Amino acid sequence: MSNISALIWLIPVLPLIGFLVNGLGRKQLSKGISGTLGSGVILASFILSVLVFFQVKNVGAFNVNFFDFIRLSDFKLAFEFKVDQLSAIFLLVITGIGFLIHVYSTSYMHEEPSKDFAKYFSYLNLFVFSMLLLVMGGNFVIMFIGWEGVGLCSYLLIGFWFKKPEYTSAANKAFIMNRIGDLGFLLAVFWLIAKVGTANYDVLFTPETLKLLTATDITGITLLLFVGATGKSAQIPLYTWLPDAMAGPTPVSALIHAATMVTAGIYMIARSNTLFSLAPITQTVITVVGLATALLAASIAIKQNDIKKILAYSTVSQLGFMFLALGTGNYTAAVFHVITHAFFKALMFLGSGSVIHAMGGEQDIRKMGGLHKHMKITSITFLIGCLAISGIPGFSGFFSKDEILAGAYGHGPLLYGIALFAALLTAFYMFRLYFITFRGTFRGTHEQEHHLHESPSAMTIPLIILAILSVVGGVIGVPEALGGHHELAQFLSPIVKTASHHLDHSTEYILMGLSTVLVLASIFTAFSLYKNYKAEGEATGFGKVLQNKWYVDELYQTAIVQPLAALGAFFNNIIEKKVIDGFVNGVGRAVNYGSRQIRLLQSGQVGAYVLLMVIGMLLLFIIQLFV
Amino acid sequence: MDIKAYIALSLTLFTIGIIGVLVRRNAIIVFMCIELMLNAVNLLMVAFSKMHAASDAIKSSATYASDAQIFVFFIMVVAAAEVSVGLAIIVMLYRNTHSVDINFLNRLKN
Repeated sequence: MSNISALIWLIPVLPLIGFLVNGLGRKQLSKGISGTLGSGVILASFILSVLVFFQVKNVGAFNVNFFDFIRLSDFKLAFEFKVDQLSAIFLLVITGIGFLIHVYSTSYMHEEPSKDFAKYFSYLNLFVFSMLLLVMGGNFVIMFIGWEGVGLCSYLLIGFWFKKPEYTSAANKAFIMNRIGDLGFLLAVFWLIAKVGTANYDVLFTPETLKLLTATDITGITLLLFVGATGKSAQIPLYTWLPDAMAGPTPVSALIHAATMVTAGIYMIARSNTLFSLAPITQTVITVVGLATALLAASIAIKQNDIKKILAYSTVSQLGFMFLALGTGNYTAAVFHVITHAFFKALMFLGSGSVIHAMGGEQDIRKMGGLHKHMKITSITFLIGCLAISGIPGFSGFFSKDEILAGAYGHGPLLYGIALFAALLTAFYMFRLYFITFRGTFRGTHEQEHHLHESPSAMTIPLIILAILSVVGGVIGVPEALGGHHELAQFLSPIVKTASHHLDHSTEYILMGLSTVLVLASIFTAFSLYKNYKAEGEATGFGKVLQNKWYVDELYQTAIVQPLAALGAFFNNIIEKKVIDGFVNGVGRAVNYGSRQIRLLQSGQVGAYVLLMVIGMLLLFIIQLFV
Repeated sequence: MDIKAYIALSLTLFTIGIIGVLVRRNAIIVFMCIELMLNAVNLLMVAFSKMHAASDAIKSSATYASDAQIFVFFIMVVAAAEVSVGLAIIVMLYRNTHSVDINFLNRLKN
């Protein structure tokens, strides 16, 4: 027990083994074996992670150095893991929720042929491996390896059903958008290494090292890191890939595009909080971007009709909240919200998967309705998820969201007001989704109605576990105002400085009361509007703008994609085909023509040859004599 | 005897050889003309060698200017070898075409 650090390498290596076995043996393995293997390795990692967590809690953080990854004359980069409070928490979230989602997948993906089934699990294991590498890495380069790995797996899994072209283009979109962010991250790492000669967290975040950086350096580096975070964590302006990423299988959306991968940006900023705290400009940028994303995505979610799209925009919006917390220096709250959000958003995605499963692939909530009668477990757990995300007191979301809002209030009532409005929108669209989907009367076809059923236990048990976690997950961060000790803040205190703003308890009570009342009102509005939802016509006016996602995709299409495509076409048609091909082919044609002419000289007449030779000799003579 | 006379003779022989090669079509005559050119060169070499050896500069040195005369023997040997090969080719040409006209030689083309 005391020496778990010797086994720490097993945590990422086990999923890697699962990936290799499932990936290489996908044609031989039966579904039962590959599913069990895929889930089993994650379970083993989870058990190890729990041991690691207690080691960190009782003894403290530790580093493991495996070997030198890069060794140059004056620069050395180790392949090292840093397991501290922050990574221990993420380890638990990744492997714990990862395991539940693997189990869920064994049932959800059961209709795939066994080859694809094993492929799916190998990708999922590879994802968990990369994600673990990302959070365990002891320097930015190891983090970047994991960072790229999760991007790759996200691409592979979004495009899992690659026979549909629109799914493939969604995968491309996600990958390219992520690449833009990755470039920022990479530049930041280069900048850091160029200035201080190390990427190791322990060396980097000491006052001596930070002294080497000027204020400009810190602002530049943190802004570039934030660009990386906007890509991975789907913030303005790079958020549009996440809703499209819903093309992947639903458990993938739950694991990658809600619970874990998209929180990598938050992890990265929380990890380098020392640096970010020194860059007020960057913090302002993060706050504004986070708030804008939270509001924009929430407003879009109100008018969406695809069950997964709503959840996707909700995820974007919640990530915005987390960035708001990061920007206001409230790192603990951001990590707290990552955890609770992982619980309830994974729950809701899995719930939506259960619904889609029952509806035979239908994702349009206008064709659902009244599902509560048919699938009670899914309905109740989904309701718990909605209550948690809305921030009803007692549920986990309440504590984390309230902490973010309180932090925002400390930075000014305007921030608080906008954030609260976004939170109200959240409650509204989640309950709109709930009432339209599970209440009222069924609006689908008779065949679908006949087919409706509760999902098998491999799907409902993860739902129930996640629902329990969504309810009780808040206990780790009960604020002092409510008589708690905020265990999480204490646990994270070695890494994260606690927020400087401390509000009076009375102020906190007022804020909590205000948000609770308004959220309840918002839910009631949703209830009265959508309890007996009838299919309505196309949205008009502002609703249409929201339904079309503020036309951001169209804007990007016209402003960026089409000019680039036109430029590409120009290069292809003019530069490539005319200029370069013209030159190359011209050389070829000239040589061809010239040699055709010169070939005539070779007549085979010996006399002609000799004559030429004599003329040549005479010329040489003349040159010799007169020149 | 003046060296110019040798040069003139040699030049005349060489020119006859070249013109013969250029204008005659009979392979044997062409061949003889080549020999004529070779021998024109030989003659010139021997003449220059002789002239050179008579000069004062060479007399005082330990070596004799006989290199060119040795060279002439080499050329004769090579020419003899060449004649044997060339005549053999001409014989084969005659056997195949019943002619020694060199314009038929371009049948090797293609």
